[in-house]
Amino acid sequence: MFYKETGQFKSKYKEELAAFPLFEDKIGIGILGVLTFLVIPLFGLPGLNYEFAMGAIMIPCMIFIIMTLGLNILLGFAGQISLGTGAFSGVGAYAFYKFITIFPDINIIIALVLSGLVSAVVGVIFGLPSLRIKGFYLMVATLAAQFFLTWAFIRVSWLYNYNASGAIEGPNKEMFGIIMIGPQSSGMTRYYFVLVTLIVLTWLASNVIRGRIGRSWMMIRDMDIAAELIGIRPLVAKLSAFAFSSFYVGIAGALMVFFWLGAAEAESFDINHSFLYLFMVIIGGLGSITGSYMGAIFVWVVPVLIKEIGKSAFGFDAFVMENFSTILLGAMIIIILILEPHGLARLWQITKQKLRLWPFPY
Amino acid sequence: MEILHMIFIAPFLDMVALPDLFFQGLWDGFVGGTLYALLALGFVLIFKASGVFNFSQPILMVLAALALVSFYEMGINPWISVALVLVMMYVLAFGVERLILRNLVNQDGNILFMSTIGLTFVIIGSAQWIFGGVPSSMIHAELGFPVGSSEMPMFGGAVYFEHIDISAAVLASILIGILAIFFSKTKIGRGLRAVADDHQAALSVGISLNQIWVIVWFVAGIVALVGGIFWGARSDVSFALQIIGLKALPVLIIGGFTSVPGAICGGLIIGLGEKIFEIYWGPMMGGSVEGWFAYVIALVFLLFKPQGLFGEKIIERV
Repeated sequence: MFYKETGQFKSKYKEELAAFPLFEDKIGIGILGVLTFLVIPLFGLPGLNYEFAMGAIMIPCMIFIIMTLGLNILLGFAGQISLGTGAFSGVGAYAFYKFITIFPDINIIIALVLSGLVSAVVGVIFGLPSLRIKGFYLMVATLAAQFFLTWAFIRVSWLYNYNASGAIEGPNKEMFGIIMIGPQSSGMTRYYFVLVTLIVLTWLASNVIRGRIGRSWMMIRDMDIAAELIGIRPLVAKLSAFAFSSFYVGIAGALMVFFWLGAAEAESFDINHSFLYLFMVIIGGLGSITGSYMGAIFVWVVPVLIKEIGKSAFGFDAFVMENFSTILLGAMIIIILILEPHGLARLWQITKQKLRLWPFPY
Repeated sequence: MEILHMIFIAPFLDMVALPDLFFQGLWDGFVGGTLYALLALGFVLIFKASGVFNFSQPILMVLAALALVSFYEMGINPWISVALVLVMMYVLAFGVERLILRNLVNQDGNILFMSTIGLTFVIIGSAQWIFGGVPSSMIHAELGFPVGSSEMPMFGGAVYFEHIDISAAVLASILIGILAIFFSKTKIGRGLRAVADDHQAALSVGISLNQIWVIVWFVAGIVALVGGIFWGARSDVSFALQIIGLKALPVLIIGGFTSVPGAICGGLIIGLGEKIFEIYWGPMMGGSVEGWFAYVIALVFLLFKPQGLFGEKIIERV
């Protein structure tokens, strides 16, 4: 009833290929756009402190969505398992730091794209073993990336400009006359910057996935030998998946440090973060862009809210809530895998199906 | 030239100049290697018997060590604590089978693997909640393992043997031997191999999948306990042990996922390699290269021998 395709006729191929072919989808996206661009930055989220809503929920969520998109390209679309996501995000962050300190006049957008490219190159290098191995073997190869790179983040002091704390810190830096990053930047400008980046990257990802490259990834995922036989080059397909994925992850890492945390050390890129991103992908749904959105939001927001509620309503201390949310995260993974291996994205599809029929069950 | 000399010549000159130090490194690496082999065996057991790549093996080790120390600190006799930990491991194995594996029969290997990552997080959270996250020291002395070290004059210098290391190497070797025999000779072992080969065929000749899984996870728990005692004795008992436990993965890569001798060889290669590399090449790279060296060896191995030293050759058909 709410969601019907009947009567929506398409007379051009272009309309068939549109990102949101249904009228209802367009309305939904419009509402989301108004909410994210106007309502949330002006009023915050209902029932939450404005600073908290921005700094602890909205900005990290959007950054993690980019991260999840990146990992989902690799894991969900190209079928190459990776546990090095945390380290690749670190590559992006450190590259961004080096770019803005070596060239103080560089435009932030250019620095961001460049650091994404650096991360992509590193991703391709560590993705090279994927040409010969797959599955668990590949996972161990990416673990090598994870441990080697986090070691480098600590030991190679050139990366953090030899400062004593060993942390990278965002200096104040402006773009078009507005302070974008650093301690003096306002939450709202950072919010808008991350939001626009997210939209651009989502648009790019959805088009790449619908196109020739994305199809070759999915063929490799579904059966690599068969894909090779019908003319997909595994070298190009697998390495481009690694490059694309690391590009996204690197940008997300740079955004995470400079648009959200403000400063970071090697611990922000350790293996537990790699797991967290993996969880976002699994819970959201492998091979789905909508799923990346839902997974990242769900995995990030639920523990934050539980911690807040536990602290304010029941008076549990932080230690208990921390452990409780760790257990909950693990349990959620297991439950999702048992009940709905395709993740939240599949639940959303089922809901849409139900909405289409409701209230007439035929 | 200077750099080439530092990398390719100087370390070997050092080895010849101070053979006692070199031998000390070999011994330390050997002990580490046997313990890695033991951990890797925990992975191999479960992988062979159920096709599950059990990512929670390292955290099982942490859990066993933490529980043992906590029980002892509650004032329980050390050997009774060991028994309690074994009971706990059995309950855990039973729970894992009931709550997770039974519901995931016939699923893809990736899904099973991810469910063990979920299990890892459940265990991390609960262990921290129940036992606290403060590092404590292992109770190996109370369990009757020898402490202290003896010095043996050798090559014009002296080599130190920590007594706990000797007992670790001996006990780990014995346990590996028992497991190998258990796998190849006993009735349960044959059942395990049948399950690994084909679930349905095993079921049809009357082997209970569920029972086999409980047994395998329990054995993996025992391995985790022994590993936890000795790794805990070598460093503190804390969640950092999980990172050490993860090093069983490169061991598996080198040895091959399904092979018991492979796990042993791989463990020794990793143990010796990383110790020697740390001593002779580590300082020029800024130290603590032990964290990633094992993975890099594994990476190199993968490029030349993707199925590992003793792994079965994978033949793929469309």
